[in-house]
Amino acid sequence: MKFEADQILKEAGKQFSTLNLGPTHPATHGIFQNVLKMDGEIIVDAEPTVGYIHRAFEKIAERRPFYQVTPLTDRLNYCSSPINNMGWHMTVEKLIKCEIPKRAQYLRVIIMELARITDHLVCNSVIGVDSGAMTGFLYVFQLREHVYEIYEEICGARLTTNIGRIGGMERDFNETAWKKLNLFVEELPKKLEEFEKLLVRNRIFMDRTIGVGKISAERALNYGFTGPNLRATGVDYDVRVMNPYSSYEDFKFIIPVGKSGDVYDRFMVRQQEMWESFSIIKQAIKNMPDGPFHAEVPEFYLPPKEEVYNNMEALIYHFKIVMGESEVPKGEVYHCVEGGNGELGFYLISDGGRCAYRLHFRRPCFIYYQAYPEIIKGAMLSDAILTLSAMNVIAGELDA
Amino acid sequence: MTENILLNTVDEKLKAKFGDAIISSEQSYDFPVFVIKREKIFDVVKFLKEDSELAFEFLTTLCGLHYPDNKGQELGVMYQLHNLPKNWRIRLKIFFPINDPEVPTLTSLFSSANWQERQEYDFYGIIFKGHPDLKRILNMDEMNYHPMRKEYALEDGTRTDKDDSMFGR
Repeated sequence: MKFEADQILKEAGKQFSTLNLGPTHPATHGIFQNVLKMDGEIIVDAEPTVGYIHRAFEKIAERRPFYQVTPLTDRLNYCSSPINNMGWHMTVEKLIKCEIPKRAQYLRVIIMELARITDHLVCNSVIGVDSGAMTGFLYVFQLREHVYEIYEEICGARLTTNIGRIGGMERDFNETAWKKLNLFVEELPKKLEEFEKLLVRNRIFMDRTIGVGKISAERALNYGFTGPNLRATGVDYDVRVMNPYSSYEDFKFIIPVGKSGDVYDRFMVRQQEMWESFSIIKQAIKNMPDGPFHAEVPEFYLPPKEEVYNNMEALIYHFKIVMGESEVPKGEVYHCVEGGNGELGFYLISDGGRCAYRLHFRRPCFIYYQAYPEIIKGAMLSDAILTLSAMNVIAGELDA
Repeated sequence: MTENILLNTVDEKLKAKFGDAIISSEQSYDFPVFVIKREKIFDVVKFLKEDSELAFEFLTTLCGLHYPDNKGQELGVMYQLHNLPKNWRIRLKIFFPINDPEVPTLTSLFSSANWQERQEYDFYGIIFKGHPDLKRILNMDEMNYHPMRKEYALEDGTRTDKDDSMFGR
């Protein structure tokens, strides 16, 4: 239900109450504060406060050699950190003009699409939780756990992955990783279908989500929306297709779009995207090329430990990389990838020094969260919660 | 080279319309980069947005820059515009003295500029003239300096236990 907030504000003799939603509230899934002006249960005005977990990544990155920036990117959108890691590696590779072998690109695609699936799983199941369906959430977290086990096999970490290296992958997938990946591909369709059965045509879920948190395509573009939130309004902008990176041009997939830009459309777009990611992963496994898993860029790619101990050249490069002494070309690049919730961009200025002169992250959350007050004006409080979770605002990315 | 075609098309159109307000134009990796006079930035972006052929209707990102050694031109702002249907991307830059950090705001053209400009005000102290609500966004309101400026080194200058002067350039 939507009310005319501006009209309510003008009504004579009205008194409004102020509701402080957050900063720490279980329904906001992160540290977000919204000071709401309420008329009963209707929101007439909202003012978000952000910055509660601001960690000054852009400043820290100005003192870190390139390979040490990767762990910072982990902590942006922590629901899909591998995409952030890869985006950063590709930015540096663009700067140093380094061509990555096909196999490494395909391995990256698999990891990025796994990350997209987990990101969307969390978001969609949380929409379920906020509309009263806890079961789906607990159910798909098992799937997410299996993806995390695959990450663990590849890089040793689960949430903040620091996966891949500048110049390729740190190692090829081992046998266990392939086994787990194949198992995941086997079990995903069944579980995803079951999850869809739970919500997609569920009367309560549809009543709660259709027409809630609407935004038009025109306003969404003006607000700089990208990713599933923009596609839910009907604009088919996807970085993977517009500016293909990491061999995305080799894969066949469709870009699902919505129509009305409400919570239900966002849910459906994400749901369909998971199927597309699933299909991309299958294609990548099937057409996995042979060859090396990293490029020959000794100035940037850390040599294996055995070689460091036994080989002079490897030792020198190891030292140079770790101390940030690699020769970096001067220049400025912008590279963007399709992150879990939109165009994640890295704008890097290098002055030839040991660290970035300036590194700016284009964080999709930060840009589209400003539309939140406009979207929830005139909505009920419970719908505002649902809108927040459907926009998939991740505190780490919002505040950087 | 499609990239150079884009550079030339935009360059011609801008030069025809704004003349010497366009200080320089060059190709940097896959982006055409234009340096614009600060006073004209609003008009240039408005023109780029509303021109029927160029139609850069999407503000991808904007960020502040600080070059302390460029005397008289220390601070800067970088804007990136995107024409989604044609997939054209361009980058605009403006530079201005640190003592007079006033820049016209783009909020009336792009709603997405609102928080991004607040962020750059927070980080660099760039005053976006005409901004509806120019206050700090990520840092606390009580902060009395702009931390992304280069004079604020990341490490505390008084520490002696972390001397790494042996390494690095």
